Amino acid sequence: MRLKTRRDAPVWLIALLPILSIGVAFIIGAFFIIWAGESPITAYIALIKGSLGSTFAITESLARATPLIFTGLAAAVAFRAKFWNIGAEGQLYCGAMAATLVGTGVIDLPAPIMIPMLFIAGALGGCLILLVPVVLKTHMKVDEVVTTLLLNFVILLFVNMLLEGPWKDPMAMGWPQAARIIDNGVLPTIVAKSRLHFGIIIALVMSVVMWAILRFTVWGYEIRAVGYNQQASTFFGISINKSVLMVALFSGGLAGMAGVSEVAGLKGYLTLTLSPGFGYTGIAVAMLAQLHPIGVIVSAIFLASIYVGADAMSRTVNIPNYIADILVAISLLSVLVGAMLARFRIVWGK
Amino acid sequence: MKKLQFSKICKNFGSVVANDNISLSLGEGEILSVLGENGAGKTTLMNILFGHYISDKGFIEVEGQRLTPGSTRASLDAGIGMVHQHFTLADNLTVLENIILGTEPLTRLWSQKKQAYKKLKALSKRFGLLINPDAKVADLTVGEKQRVEIIKALYRDASILILDEPTAVLTPQETTQLFKVLKEMVNAGLSIMFISHKLHEILEISDRIVVLRDGKLVGEVVTKDASKESLAEMMVGHTVTRPAYEKLKIGKAVVEFNNVCLNASEGSTALSNINLKIHEKEIIGLAGVAGNGQAGLASILQGLACPSSGEFKLFGESLVKYDPCFLTESGVARIPEDRTNEGIIGEMELWENFLGEQLRSKAKSGFIIDKKQAVSNAEKLIQEYDIRCEGPFASTRLLSGGNIQKLILARSLSNNPRFIIANKPARGLDEGAISFVQQQIIDAKTQGAGVLLISEDLDEIFELSDRIAVIFEGKLQGPFDSNTVNINQVGLMMSGEVKAESLHEA
Repeated sequence: MRLKTRRDAPVWLIALLPILSIGVAFIIGAFFIIWAGESPITAYIALIKGSLGSTFAITESLARATPLIFTGLAAAVAFRAKFWNIGAEGQLYCGAMAATLVGTGVIDLPAPIMIPMLFIAGALGGCLILLVPVVLKTHMKVDEVVTTLLLNFVILLFVNMLLEGPWKDPMAMGWPQAARIIDNGVLPTIVAKSRLHFGIIIALVMSVVMWAILRFTVWGYEIRAVGYNQQASTFFGISINKSVLMVALFSGGLAGMAGVSEVAGLKGYLTLTLSPGFGYTGIAVAMLAQLHPIGVIVSAIFLASIYVGADAMSRTVNIPNYIADILVAISLLSVLVGAMLARFRIVWGK
Repeated sequence: MKKLQFSKICKNFGSVVANDNISLSLGEGEILSVLGENGAGKTTLMNILFGHYISDKGFIEVEGQRLTPGSTRASLDAGIGMVHQHFTLADNLTVLENIILGTEPLTRLWSQKKQAYKKLKALSKRFGLLINPDAKVADLTVGEKQRVEIIKALYRDASILILDEPTAVLTPQETTQLFKVLKEMVNAGLSIMFISHKLHEILEISDRIVVLRDGKLVGEVVTKDASKESLAEMMVGHTVTRPAYEKLKIGKAVVEFNNVCLNASEGSTALSNINLKIHEKEIIGLAGVAGNGQAGLASILQGLACPSSGEFKLFGESLVKYDPCFLTESGVARIPEDRTNEGIIGEMELWENFLGEQLRSKAKSGFIIDKKQAVSNAEKLIQEYDIRCEGPFASTRLLSGGNIQKLILARSLSNNPRFIIANKPARGLDEGAISFVQQQIIDAKTQGAGVLLISEDLDEIFELSDRIAVIFEGKLQGPFDSNTVNINQVGLMMSGEVKAESLHEA
């Protein structure tokens, strides 16, 4: 058995790939549900009902998708340039810290100014922390996978320290959480009696902006060029270091905005449970979307629905909600295998 | 009985016919040359012989025995040795270690270096292949590395030796040396297949010549009945007209190097005190064995490196901004050495690759890519330079080498450059593409551009250049008027054996 390169992968195959992968994931997931002693059909019905079955379910899914769109974009833009930013989780918390710093009463301005200011502060927070791995990479050739990943833990411990110490809200009855974002900084909800907030609008706008940048601008060309071929990029006069820096600013900024959106939109204050790994799931979102900014929206909503639906399912059917992780993991693996099959054809025999 | 016999070999790749019913044989003690352009099917045929591919039809016999198809091991066991164009040696091992690599069974705990050493010494003495078995491969010259490759094949008791473009990397003197060794080997009863497209070498070394074109065997001649012209015609299928060279009255200096030095860096030799003046309407050929500083010199001229000392004047002004985009805008055409990895981005579409260094200068307000304009420009250039492709939206990696080079030429020459830095522009291309590339360079010269042509092919340098400079270990000799030096003198300078001063005295 060996692999032969396809001359040109057909477009329909590439478009179909994520859908097929999800199908495969659900089929394989069914075996786990049977193993757990339940009917996969009832389980999947419960899952779909729980994620899309009512207005509340839909708003929950979309609210969960909001931070994933931001972190998915963060991963997608970085991976396009082959800058492996695994630190969106930490950058998210840096964004949340920046929003807390600015938004808990130091300044109080009308909402139309306050909210953009929070996002700018959050984006800056995400960018600044990512500068450390970037400078290490461009000046000392330190592998960014290691530095961005490990910085996550450093940042989480730092947040923990703040919440147990100087930033601990005395009004929170002993819970380790920071003071609330002031009213003018809170993102308005867009569906009454739900947790779906204005953050999703900003996330959608950012997706379109990133898509436009990648597709129509000199920056986008340079990001893609550096990702494909550094030698030719250098020959074309594109500075690799500058491009990496630019990509890092986008990526860190977007991850930071995810933190703002969660702090000012969903939770209202900074805690250590702000993100159940949105930064890491963002990588899955980006891979499933094949690094396409618009695809990120779809795949973020899909993954969020699975997580939200699995929670509902575990309440009605006797299956732990970890099944969501299995489904997401299998979808990802199938996308990766599928992407390989789209590039190569398997030839049996010699 | 024939030593090696190909019978009716056919091989298709999709709709492409790589080998069409090829039958040929190799006798004992014979040197057979296989001549053909790139894409004529030489490499496919050798890959079938070596078991990398399986032929669709036909078979191969070695001394009357059928060769198992698709098995490299069987080919090696049958006594076939191959010397590839690109060496397959481990740089960090010694000559001896490289040679015994892969010959010892995995179950043997201690390698039998002593016997190997003896055998190696005997071989090198017998054929005049002088080599120090304990030298590290990384320290060897290209010619020596090739010797190691040949000994490696002989060490495995090869009786049939295949040499794929063996002279491409050698100086004329090293080539003469190699030919002497090959003659020794056939006298000792070995059979040799010599693959090349250099006509005069083929005429010199071989007993018999077969010519491939478009996957077919189109001719077979005994060497003494062959001529350069008849072979070229057989190879290309029509009469070849190489571009005519014409000396023009030179204009102002476009490039001036005053004591330019460059520190050695990863993969490039240091340059020391380079002085060079290139004028409008002249082509300066830079000869040299690869790795003697050409890369550094080219990277300065392409704006990719800044000299560590000395002055680089471009169009009469001292250059301060080492930036490919700036150079391109000022009127420099840049033709890179490695066209597929450096000259294009294969994953991008054709129209995007036409932007290249002009990405920013052609963008609206320097930021938004003007796709409409870029696509129509691409369409125009595809027409003008006859680039064979499916259109401006095709993926660039699907182009052939010749068409990639046309794309690069179109991109850089369509701006009416005043200086062209062409780094091995014709290397690895077939005859048709070579004459196209050379014609484009000559046309640009006629229109007033100055050209620095870096090449390892001395024939090309002598055909095109007004003046010839030689680079050896980062030092430049010349340039000399191309009428005052001959190929031998240049060859000696390339190997560092003759200094320019002694040449002038002579």
